[in-house]
Amino acid sequence: MENSALNIVVLVKYVPDAQFDRHLTGDAHTIDRSESILSELDEYALEAALALTDARGGAKAGNVVTALTLGPASAAAAVKKSLQIGATQGLHVTDDALAGSDASATSLALAAAIKTLGPVDLVITGMASTDGETSLIPAQLAARLGLAQLTFASELEVEGGTVTARRDGDDYSEEIEASLPALVSVTDQANEPRYPNFKGIIAAKKKKVTTVSLADLGLAASAVGAEGSLTTVSAAAERPARTAGTIITDSGDAGIQLVDFLAAQKLI
Amino acid sequence: MTAIVVYIDQLDAPGKLSTTVGQLLTLARGAGEPVAVVAGPASAALLAELGAYGVARVLHSEQAELGEYLVAPKADLVAQAAAAVSASAVLVDNSPAGKEIAARAGVALNAGVITDAVAVTYDGGTLVAHKSVLAGSYTVQARATSAVAVISVKAHSVEASLAAEAVIPAVEAVEVAFAPASLAARVTKRTPRAASGRPELEDARIIVAGGRGLDGDFTPVEELADVLGAAVGASRAATDAGWISHASQVGQTGKKVSPQLYISVGISGAIQQKAGMQTSKLIVAVNKDAESPIFEIADFGIVGDLFKILPQAVEEIKKRRA
Ligand SMILES: Cc1cc2nc3c(=O)[nH]c(=O)nc-3n(C[C@H](O)[C@H](O)[C@H](O)COP(=O)(O)OP(=O)(O)OC[C@H]3O[C@@H](n4cnc5c(N)ncnc54)[C@H](O)[C@@H]3O)c2cc1C
Ligand SMILES: Nc1ncnc2c1ncn2[C@@H]1O[C@H](COP(=O)(O)O)[C@@H](O)[C@H]1O
Repeated sequence: MENSALNIVVLVKYVPDAQFDRHLTGDAHTIDRSESILSELDEYALEAALALTDARGGAKAGNVVTALTLGPASAAAAVKKSLQIGATQGLHVTDDALAGSDASATSLALAAAIKTLGPVDLVITGMASTDGETSLIPAQLAARLGLAQLTFASELEVEGGTVTARRDGDDYSEEIEASLPALVSVTDQANEPRYPNFKGIIAAKKKKVTTVSLADLGLAASAVGAEGSLTTVSAAAERPARTAGTIITDSGDAGIQLVDFLAAQKLI
Repeated sequence: MTAIVVYIDQLDAPGKLSTTVGQLLTLARGAGEPVAVVAGPASAALLAELGAYGVARVLHSEQAELGEYLVAPKADLVAQAAAAVSASAVLVDNSPAGKEIAARAGVALNAGVITDAVAVTYDGGTLVAHKSVLAGSYTVQARATSAVAVISVKAHSVEASLAAEAVIPAVEAVEVAFAPASLAARVTKRTPRAASGRPELEDARIIVAGGRGLDGDFTPVEELADVLGAAVGASRAATDAGWISHASQVGQTGKKVSPQLYISVGISGAIQQKAGMQTSKLIVAVNKDAESPIFEIADFGIVGDLFKILPQAVEEIKKRRA
């Protein structure tokens, strides 16, 4: 089989920027989403998709990379950035009723959104969101969509109708193989993400972004959000920030002072 | 008492319980009737160990698919066994595979899933998972609102303890009905990774971690680690450069660790590195740049050249012990 054009969905989450202090707010202890950005780890997913489609002649040859996000109105920024980097089109799932969705409710809505795109060859996600960090969504999406699951890929190849990935664990490095369609999550070892360039920023303005609500997806408000979620956060406490302790400058005996410190702490 | 399922993987090292599983069984026994769900053989040695933890019921499957395909068949086993024993909770370890088994079993059982629990307590009939979020800046308590709770639990969430009285478990072989898509991602090759011979990062009381400042040679870090009986960690700059295995990486995309002592050497302290180590009890930093952000979170910081300071400390420890 030759390498025909691919239809790929890339999941891009809009997350609070970790360079700033991040906070939980409200009675439900949800994450404050001001100062947010496209999740750094999803840039690897987007790069994986673009590398595959570039190798097949890009958009001109009929390849499609849809950047999909689920989040508030402001999350459109994650889609826009993805279009600037090179995605072909965007899909934004947004609805007030989605606020407070856990992994189960989020994966339910994301699966419904992916189904609106018709048959796709690949769904590519990041290895974890940089806010929730559960790594649940990729596996739940694969289960809900009935797709082969190739997760934590540090290498990814598609040849004809076959996808192969390398998964590096602590005890083993595994080679995984499946027929398309499939879901892949990629790690930060998989590639080197590209940046948007001037041409990409201009081109993005003409690209299509579709915004869909729960009703468009045929989902009831009660199936998602706090009501449709299967977990709750009952309490949250901010940890006192770490503060600097004793800082010394080596004047020849710092190694010995280090041992004194360890001895005082009863660590040797 | 309700059944609490603990997932046990016996495909790789049959006959031996991992230390984490002992901890999960201890948690399960505290909250209900522990039921072991085993992928692989239920050997006599394994059954004796499970009995010692108070496990009266074992469900297992030796179907070849469990090892031939990635994760999904194991999740089918867990979900179907949990349904068969009407479990109120499922506990799995917090490895990438453990979390993914939890994810898929959650979908199959329509159950809430909580990952990265550092402790599990029992509150009026429900399990409460305690975890730290946003790179350790908050601790939260979460619980499932569904009939079944699925929780992946980090190592050392509890001290493993044997039951007051050992029991002889009843063993049932189960025949898992695999979903077609569960048999879609085939594992075609497995290459074992070389063991370092040092403590595992997750188990270590002390970690000595090195970064780009090591400039290609991890010997000073390894020598200090060895005199302290410590594990060796690294920044991504050091693992990306190939100076040390990627399995040693600490941080956002590496291991998240909370040892008694973390000695950071030649690491600047980027946000992604801090995300994996700032819940350590004590942090010591050695860096030649006084402006490095690592000093903002160090309990004891030394501004200086690691190539002088580390060997001197190693000599001093040996001298004091002689
Ligand atoms: C998506 C993503 C995920 C990432 N995940 C991780 C992660 O999981 N873990 C991680 O660590 N990083 C991660 N990073 C990388 C992170 O941003 C930093 O680039 C990295 O941590 C820097 O490593 P370093 O501190 O060793 O190197 P540098 O930042 O270059 O710091 C080297 C330090 O060594 C000091 N030094 C040099 N020579 C000496 C000497 N002789 N004696 C004493 N000190 C000396 C210098 O003063 C300097 O502070 C990630 C980045 C991205 C984008
Ligand atoms: N709300 C969301 N919108 C788009 N993608 C998401 C969303 N949540 C999770 N994902 C994707 O799933 C991956 C894993 O996220 P998580 O399971 O939350 O750790 C992320 O890297 C994203 O690619």
